[in-house]
Amino acid sequence: MSSPRGGDKEGGRDGERQIHVLAVDDSSVDRAVIAKLLRSSKYRVTAVDSAKKALELLGTEPNVNMIITDYSMPEMTGYELLKRVKESPTLREIPVVIMSSENDPDKINRCLEEGAEDFLLKPVRPSDVSRLCGRMRS
Amino acid sequence: MALHISSAPPISAFHHLLCFFFHDTYPEMEYASSLQRQLASMKKNLFDQGYLDEQFYQLEELQDESSPNFVEEVVTLFFRDSSRLVANIDQALQKYPQDFRRLDNFMHQLKGSASSIGAAKMKNECTSFREFCNKENREGCLRSFQKVKKEHAVLKQKLENYFQLLRQDGPVDKATRSGN
Repeated sequence: MSSPRGGDKEGGRDGERQIHVLAVDDSSVDRAVIAKLLRSSKYRVTAVDSAKKALELLGTEPNVNMIITDYSMPEMTGYELLKRVKESPTLREIPVVIMSSENDPDKINRCLEEGAEDFLLKPVRPSDVSRLCGRMRS
Repeated sequence: MALHISSAPPISAFHHLLCFFFHDTYPEMEYASSLQRQLASMKKNLFDQGYLDEQFYQLEELQDESSPNFVEEVVTLFFRDSSRLVANIDQALQKYPQDFRRLDNFMHQLKGSASSIGAAKMKNECTSFREFCNKENREGCLRSFQKVKKEHAVLKQKLENYFQLLRQDGPVDKATRSGN
């Protein structure tokens, strides 16, 4: 999984700056797994447990190249987070990927129509993360 | 390789003597391979009996030098969360009238985490519970939940045993250092 040192052709490095992914999931298990998957591809990862915290971070940290969020979260869902990001002039260019354990076509279509970059079924696999490689915000 | 063995030495002293003389080679490999065979057998049973599925292998693939105990850490997180969820569901089932939406929400979380660590039997029992929930069948939920709790307890014990043994395995060079 790990790229060789000094030779990161895939994933993590975009020129000199490391690609920063914001992972959002209220499940500590899923947060640990997605963070590890992303770090194995040499991305810098910030993992938070709510959409509210994600928005707080996005307000202060400009350099986020991708948001990957669970759909079903209490208080604010991943779908609602997606909408907030796409409605924001400063954040709308950040690609948002939705994760869900449920293969619900209506849910998937709704997210894609709202501008989601991709929709991943959980449990997320390394091949899913590889697929995202070329779609980070530069 | 001279080997002096006095009559009937204690096993631990004999083992240390062997380690000393056969530093990087045969005896600790014998010891390690016996433990590793036990581990492999334990793991195979967990898969053959359906307790774990492919996702557990995926977690093992993620384990590396930067996080050498990743799988155990994730499993520990799982049992911390799942114990809380099981308690919540237990409590929610005592209430009347039943809030099936709330129950389903808890079980959705439990099923999701179970799926993420490859806990196949647990995941299946969670699915059954949700089916009863969707039909608002309280008796079905109660029966199904007993199975969820049972699978949870059994898996917890089996994985605790597995990781306890795994910790004994450790890096190969530990076995050759005295006083460790």
